Amino acid sequence: MINRMILRFLSVADNVGLARVAVAQLAAPIGFSLSDLEEIKVAVSEAVSNAIIHGYQGRADGWVEVVASVVDDELTVSVEDWGVGIADIAKAREPAYSTDPERMGLGFVFMESFMHSLVVESAPGRGTRVEMRRKAHVGALSRDVQ
Amino acid sequence: MMEVMQRGEGEPMTIVHAVFSERLLVAIKGELDLKVAGELRKTLDQLIDRYPDRDVTLDLSEVPFVDSSGLGVILGRYKRLSAAGRALQLTGVRPPVRAVLDLAGISQLLSVQDYVPKSPVR
Repeated sequence: MINRMILRFLSVADNVGLARVAVAQLAAPIGFSLSDLEEIKVAVSEAVSNAIIHGYQGRADGWVEVVASVVDDELTVSVEDWGVGIADIAKAREPAYSTDPERMGLGFVFMESFMHSLVVESAPGRGTRVEMRRKAHVGALSRDVQ
Repeated sequence: MMEVMQRGEGEPMTIVHAVFSERLLVAIKGELDLKVAGELRKTLDQLIDRYPDRDVTLDLSEVPFVDSSGLGVILGRYKRLSAAGRALQLTGVRPPVRAVLDLAGISQLLSVQDYVPKSPVR
């Protein structure tokens, strides 16, 4: 089975739910369990929230693009923004690192834990793109990341 | 086709509370994400300030989804309450929410009780 979706929306918090449900809907037919889909929703929610909060720093006039595809039993999701970018990707991926005291710095931890792979590309002033993959029909994911 | 929407998903968040002698019970309905984080934080802080001598229980039985934005609000309220010697407890926690709480280590910080489905009426 092959299916693909491109979703482009403004950096408005209301769109976080739209993105995660759309990706889950696309992923559902290839064999993910309901529990898997819930985890995929969290990962997508984190990536889109990061784009809005950090990429555009709360501005509501930036574009966020979500590209999701299913090929056989694998889901690939990318979330891209054209915001401020990340100066130190390694540091941003550390648990409990956050520039906002009310946030937990767990966005990348959830993306890594709930998906099978995570690639982050970013350049200061140019934006950020994360790409996540997850296969259906694979055993329980590792929960080692804390 | 598999139904990917959970109960309460996509609906506006609602918050109702009940005051007991030693405890403030706050029942939240809806998804706890970036969209509602600011409103949730403000409402909980107002309730926490209005009843300053009570522990707080958040009933999450109508919460189908939480991400780190929602968790941040809960953890922030936990820090506020514990600094004042007050307890925060979570009840009615559904499995998808539990997975996120466990991964974040929140279940080790405060009391978390899972959702128990009501028995069908015979």
